Amino acid sequence: MTGVPTFTKRQVSISAAVLVLLALYPLAVRGSFPMHLMIMVFMFAMLGVAWNIMGGYAGMFSFGQAAFFGIGAYTSSFLLTAYHVNPWIGLLAGGVVAALAAALIGIPCSNLRGHYFAIASIAFAEIVRIHFNNWKLIGAAEGLTIPMQDESLRSFMFHSSKAPYYYIMLGFLILSLGVCSWVATSRMGFYLRAIKESHDVAKVLGIDVVRYRMAAIMISAFLTAMAGTFYAQYILYLDPESVLILPISVQIVLVAMLGGAGSVMGPVIGAAILLPISEVTRVKLGFKGSGLDMIIYGTLIMLISVYQPQGVWGLLQKIGRKNK
Amino acid sequence: MSAVPLLDVRGVTKRFGGLLANDNVSFTVSEGEIVSIIGPNGAGKSTLFNCITGFYPPNAGHVLYGGRDITRLAADRICKLGIARTFQIVQVIADMTVLENVMTGAFLRSARNGAAHEKAEEVLRFAGLHEKRDAAATSLTIEAKKRLEVSMALATQPKLLMLDESMAGLNPVELRGMIALLRRVRANGVTLVIVEHVMEAVMELSDRVIVINSGKKIVEGPPKEVVVNPQVIQAYLGDRYRARG
Repeated sequence: MTGVPTFTKRQVSISAAVLVLLALYPLAVRGSFPMHLMIMVFMFAMLGVAWNIMGGYAGMFSFGQAAFFGIGAYTSSFLLTAYHVNPWIGLLAGGVVAALAAALIGIPCSNLRGHYFAIASIAFAEIVRIHFNNWKLIGAAEGLTIPMQDESLRSFMFHSSKAPYYYIMLGFLILSLGVCSWVATSRMGFYLRAIKESHDVAKVLGIDVVRYRMAAIMISAFLTAMAGTFYAQYILYLDPESVLILPISVQIVLVAMLGGAGSVMGPVIGAAILLPISEVTRVKLGFKGSGLDMIIYGTLIMLISVYQPQGVWGLLQKIGRKNK
Repeated sequence: MSAVPLLDVRGVTKRFGGLLANDNVSFTVSEGEIVSIIGPNGAGKSTLFNCITGFYPPNAGHVLYGGRDITRLAADRICKLGIARTFQIVQVIADMTVLENVMTGAFLRSARNGAAHEKAEEVLRFAGLHEKRDAAATSLTIEAKKRLEVSMALATQPKLLMLDESMAGLNPVELRGMIALLRRVRANGVTLVIVEHVMEAVMELSDRVIVINSGKKIVEGPPKEVVVNPQVIQAYLGDRYRARG
């Protein structure tokens, strides 16, 4: 069957080996950059997986994921700075607020398809960004600084090493992959793919199109917001320009499209390719290189859409079939 | 046969701006029947289908299903109640296999993967598509795609199946196969309403034929009577031929 993962023994052992290597990685590397790089790979992989549930499976091409990312980051950070709410609880609250925001925006957009949905999602994200930029309660354009606390898992804050962040993000990524593969293999996954094909086909098969689209958006928003809270706790400072901007939304789409939209593992591969390019050019070239990563992205995306629309994951599957 | 008709269409009227696509159309379908709706191109057959299955809200009139008013229900709710349909231009889910397409229909009655899988296999065997179950839906011939579309509809376990031109574009051999399939569908207790241009199929399958022209129902009756009806000949061929008939 295409699209639905069925695990062979070989795949299970490969995954187990990869997991062991990833678990050992923090012990093997020195310095903070390799750690930061992997954390960003995991985070964008998670964001891509979350995007994929609505974009890849249900065909709702959101270019506004930064709104959910920012809402997650802001909810937990605001609750923490204003009411001393534990960030783990803030994380769940952020997920809920983002899912509610998704429902709110999802209702008027419930019949929009293709580019129209994409345009609406950009508009939504920009409205959120501009609003947050002027909202005094949450610091407006100055943003929020996360108050320093002792490092502990409970406080979701670590100063001496990035390793705990690494493991937490890896855990989040695995959770997202679990959610996505559950969606993909269950009735919901079939229904979302039918909806992606055509609303009419879905309706004659008895599918409540609006309900399933809403469910997909809300799940996606929840996971995206979780990553947002993580990012706030990791960077310890946030303003609208760091979490709510369009380039973040675009990067999320690119990660998923490059890796393979509509496959569970695609975004992970996409993130593993794109994030090193973006982080390395940023660090090595500094301001001189700003935009270089975008040039590389653009080239990659053009190549992918012309020669391999199924993404790298589709390419790997093709090679796998040939070698069988 | 029960006293309440399975489908009861009462005075359905549908306007698109100045165009009267359906003008006060009424008919009933009893359980176990095969009823064909025929008429020249643009007569309003597909519009009528869309009004019955919840794709268009009619401007006036009612649609009753088993005595229950379903006139303004959403299409997916109508499907849940037991009315399945296909489209004039064949619609399948392109990036799925044949089996997955049918499973998507089967999920309506069973949320579990295993049960939907089983039901889909059963329907595919019934429809003669079982050997192609792992093929991509896009790789099928037109005939197989039409069978697939019927299979998807059957997987939702309907009481009433409405087919919009499922014979169009088939060669004579394929046509025989499709007619045989629809007979088996009826034998399984599914009532059929079909919009069809292929008269060979209409004559063979129908218990009753309803003729629509310019949005109005003009004649209704057994197929043999309908095809010699002067009004029907006029509708299809114009006045000159009616004079000769």
